[in-house]
Amino acid sequence: MTPEPQTVDLADTSVRDLNAALHALSPDTNMTAWRVLNPGGRHALAAGLLAPVTVEIMGHAGYYCAGMNQMATVVVHGNAGTGVAENMMSGRVEVRGDASQSAGASAHGGLLLIGGNAGARCGISLKGADIVVKGSVGHMSAFMAQAGTLVVLGDAGDSFGDSIYEAHLYVRGHVANLGTDCVEKPMRDANRAELFAKLAAAGLAGEVDVGAFRRYGSSRLLYQFHVDHAAAY
Amino acid sequence: MCGIVGLFAKTPSIEAELGAHLAAMLGTLAERGPDSAGFAVYAPADAATMKFTLRPPGGTDPEALLARLGIPDSSIQTRGSHAVLSVPAEHDARARAALAAQAPDTVVVGRGRAMELYKEVGLPADVARGFGLGDMRGTHGIGHTRMATESAVTTDGAHPFSTGPDQCLVHNGSLSNHNGLRRELQRVGYGFATDNDTEVAAVYLTARMRDGLSLGDALHGALRDLDGFYTFVVGTGTGFAVLRDPIACKPAVMAETAEFVAFGTEYRALAGLPGIDTARVWEPEPGRVYAWEHGPTA
Repeated sequence: MTPEPQTVDLADTSVRDLNAALHALSPDTNMTAWRVLNPGGRHALAAGLLAPVTVEIMGHAGYYCAGMNQMATVVVHGNAGTGVAENMMSGRVEVRGDASQSAGASAHGGLLLIGGNAGARCGISLKGADIVVKGSVGHMSAFMAQAGTLVVLGDAGDSFGDSIYEAHLYVRGHVANLGTDCVEKPMRDANRAELFAKLAAAGLAGEVDVGAFRRYGSSRLLYQFHVDHAAAY
Repeated sequence: MCGIVGLFAKTPSIEAELGAHLAAMLGTLAERGPDSAGFAVYAPADAATMKFTLRPPGGTDPEALLARLGIPDSSIQTRGSHAVLSVPAEHDARARAALAAQAPDTVVVGRGRAMELYKEVGLPADVARGFGLGDMRGTHGIGHTRMATESAVTTDGAHPFSTGPDQCLVHNGSLSNHNGLRRELQRVGYGFATDNDTEVAAVYLTARMRDGLSLGDALHGALRDLDGFYTFVVGTGTGFAVLRDPIACKPAVMAETAEFVAFGTEYRALAGLPGIDTARVWEPEPGRVYAWEHGPTA
């Protein structure tokens, strides 16, 4: 039985009060379903959650929505502004519309699923989370990405994967160009299995052909300093 | 920081409330720019009238100023610290000469057949209230809330900047090659009222359009010639255009319905517009020129 959601209307409640109520939830709370009305693009909605609850935001969100998330599921029924799920540690964040720049920045864990397009710098400095974008990502996506995966069903903009460390990048569409030290790599069985697992987690198993993706990653020339490569710095 | 808003009426249905919507949008973006605010509202009077938005020195009697200028069939209407002088279009040059000669300490903030332009130091909601923006009607308008970075907090340093008839520019960002570009433009005869970087961009666009380029082509030239970060919204007599720098340093959101096209630095500024819940909302791509124009009017 789905519990009746706790409803918070931001037309008459402050973001501070909303977040304080969410922060007060213990990990074993039975108030696991929340619905936020009239978000109006406000910033920091459902940021810093620490409990396995589901928060549905019924409209467009502003900056840093679901930032620092742990355990919670946050669904944005609209677009999200800069830095959605930045520094997420675990849990799941879904944006049904588009996400602005720096989606999933520095995220350590959990899954960020973007239904539309993501802007510039998607997955910048990614540190272990999984990001799945059904549309395309903007320029400088996966910049300095250290760990985790970025799966893009559409296209990737300029300088994809610039200065990348060990994150795994999979793109089905066209990559405008690769950033410094980012190269295409062969798809091995282990990569196909990893990609399938990420697509399955995003609810896309069977809908998307794993064989249609290409893999990109680091050629490891930049971050393993070697004097012969000094000219490339 | 800084905030920019723009609203373009696709149908006459929201023209009566255009000023009220713009005022609310500016008020929302006060957090991005509490130092000063300004806006341009385009309301074509008739093709035979030229409007000068003036900022006379405090204490000026507008009727005395009007008499001093001596332009036949002209009128003046005070709005806050500004006043709009309306003259028959054939007396445009005469009015400009009279303002320079008879009222040298009166600032011509903007001039055009459609545009009225107001800007002042203070919180955006106070500035909008002071000029009665909420009561203005128009076909389109743009506005700005400023958090000063490149030059002082003064009325002259507030946006929009207007450097040509019915043209004005609002800017979020800062330019790094404005001093060099200003010198180049000065060398070919353009004058500057401030040391502000945005004024350089406005003069640049005016100069390119005077060279014969369309607004779209002038903005494409800006991508090559301006260094720094910027989101621009440019107002003209017939519409407005949007350009973000190629690396999209500054945020921007657009929304479109059957009734309007709206621009905001943040979605929050658009959240109160009628029908926004079903509007198409998107982020303009970097380095791409977006333009909306009203068709020619009779």
